Amino acid sequence: MSQRRSFLAQSAAGATALAFPLIAGAQPKPVKVGILHPVTGALAFSGQQCREGALMAIEDINRAGIRSLGGAKLDVMLGDAQSTPQAGSAEIEKMNEAGCSAVVGAFASAICLATTQAAAKYNLPHVVDVGVADQIVQRGLKNTFRFGPGYATCAQVAVSNLHVLNTLAGKPAKSVMIIHEESLFGTGTANLLARELPGFGFEVKEIIKHANPTRDFNNIVLRMKAVNPDIVIPANYFNEYALLVRTMQQQKVMPKAIYSVLGGAASSYKFLKEFPDAANGIIDCNHWFNPKDKRAADLRRRVEAKGLFFTYEVFNTYTAVRLLADAIERARSADRAAIIDALDKSAFADHFMPYGATKFVNGQNEGAQPLMTQVIKGDIRVIVPREYREADPIFPLRA
Amino acid sequence: MLDFAILFPSVLNGLTTGAVYALVALGLTLIYGVLHIINFAHGAALMVALYMVYLLKTWLGLDPYLALPLVVPAMFALGYALQRGVIERASHGRDENILLVTLGLAIVLENLALLVFKSDTRTIETAYTLTTVPIGPAFIALPKLVAFVGALACAAALMWVVARTDLGRAIRAVAKEKQGARLVGIDVAHVYAMSFGIGLACLGAAACFLLPAYYVNPQVGGGFVLVAFTIVVLGGMGSFAGALVGGLLIGVVESLGGLMLGESLGQIGISAIFIAVLLLRPQGLFGART
Repeated sequence: MSQRRSFLAQSAAGATALAFPLIAGAQPKPVKVGILHPVTGALAFSGQQCREGALMAIEDINRAGIRSLGGAKLDVMLGDAQSTPQAGSAEIEKMNEAGCSAVVGAFASAICLATTQAAAKYNLPHVVDVGVADQIVQRGLKNTFRFGPGYATCAQVAVSNLHVLNTLAGKPAKSVMIIHEESLFGTGTANLLARELPGFGFEVKEIIKHANPTRDFNNIVLRMKAVNPDIVIPANYFNEYALLVRTMQQQKVMPKAIYSVLGGAASSYKFLKEFPDAANGIIDCNHWFNPKDKRAADLRRRVEAKGLFFTYEVFNTYTAVRLLADAIERARSADRAAIIDALDKSAFADHFMPYGATKFVNGQNEGAQPLMTQVIKGDIRVIVPREYREADPIFPLRA
Repeated sequence: MLDFAILFPSVLNGLTTGAVYALVALGLTLIYGVLHIINFAHGAALMVALYMVYLLKTWLGLDPYLALPLVVPAMFALGYALQRGVIERASHGRDENILLVTLGLAIVLENLALLVFKSDTRTIETAYTLTTVPIGPAFIALPKLVAFVGALACAAALMWVVARTDLGRAIRAVAKEKQGARLVGIDVAHVYAMSFGIGLACLGAAACFLLPAYYVNPQVGGGFVLVAFTIVVLGGMGSFAGALVGGLLIGVVESLGGLMLGESLGQIGISAIFIAVLLLRPQGLFGART
């Protein structure tokens, strides 16, 4: 009896001793990653789209885990920047306290400017998913990496392509009016455009800024009527972009082209579905995926199956998180300095953005570029550059 | 550049916005001008009314205009209860206490809204949100036109109540001479609460007219309150006609200012008028010199 008991006890102990290391071995320590976006406040829609993209990337990564860390999973810590830089910085403090190895975020330029700086204090790697203001990567912060293009690149691409389109059409457009939101992103983009456009023979007749949120664009559109520009260039976030274009439609203001630079709704499937008439013909120079890459189409299907729109926020943040996971993989560590080093040396190419292999110079991915899209026959099609072209541009939209 | 085809729509736009300002100011002029209660919670109460309209639309699918018979009495009841249950009790009849109590109420209401609704800016979509009506060379959004007519109707109804009904007479009596009113048997506390209730009921109506073309977030009231105080001072404290004309005038000034100076700087016109009135005609356009 006692022998049987001791046998049972020993077997149990043995089994426990055998089993626990196995379980411990199967469960390597997860790597804590902060996902920070403005999911409430004026930018809530964009912030939630970003978060959705990040969570889908993490779901994909966690299927196999980080192989070099024994299949360690990414453990998400979600943060809400509440559409203000202050709240964004406060979330970084929390993420640092919680021991996050890296942060991905934080959509808006003004918020990214604050969060990257706050993260730099703790040498906390910060991958910027959208934030286009170039100041973000021009302050010598070693922890900051931006995968997508900055607004200087976008403005240059947009203006030179506008020149090409206009020249090919026999130069029907001569004057431009810029309407931008008043924070860092809109103001910076508008300033760059105003500097570049005259060099290509365009007269910038007026630059108008507006607040977020603005719920009445009647005055701005009336002013547009008075100025009567050939081309209207909006640079703002989704809600205001949508309302501006709808007010133009209401007030029957029809320029020769609506040519957006980083237009919040110009190349958005959401806007296209809700206001197909207003969206028709709009050209946008914006973040866009390689339309010929099957993986982008696959992700789009998955996003749409969730009842969501496949907007730039989703795919930008999705790829930004994959970029980070690739760096953690190569760093073989959850250590912040090791991840920063790995990001710095990143050659991440396993993505569907039209950027080629990643190469960071001072935290900016050198290959990052925007694509030009146009709403043609109820769909958003890439028109420039040629290697990604899906449809020929229609310019001018109206004679 | 600024020809008739541009100025006319801008003026119309200003008039329609101004009518809603007037409606907000009417409630304030009743409370502030007649009863001398400086109601800092006016903006927060408008925010509460806007959320009521928003919830009725999103939960029950009730059209904002059809919500009028629900929101107006609800806001009246809220106003009556607040005056009787909170402001009167906490202020002990001292004006400086009333000021602090209403300020406190505003902070509590705004933070409660922040807790429940977060800081998101919410809008509703109706079938007529984007419908426009051509008036001469202008295209005016239908909800703004409805708001204009509705605000005028509410103002007329309010003026009728104050001028023609027993309640109106009691309100005027209390405003002129509280002690005397009490001596002739008027229940002063009841009249105070009724006035506060009517003031908030105006906000209920304003909310129903506003939301189809506007938005709601916990801070939405702040922008209106400053404008409404300006209108009350401009029109003359306690003057309903003054609030109406002042509201329309401020609306037009804001719209034209926005057109000529840009949306941010255009607001300067409102402040300029406020200072000019205080300097040149402190009793306001329709106010009697006291």
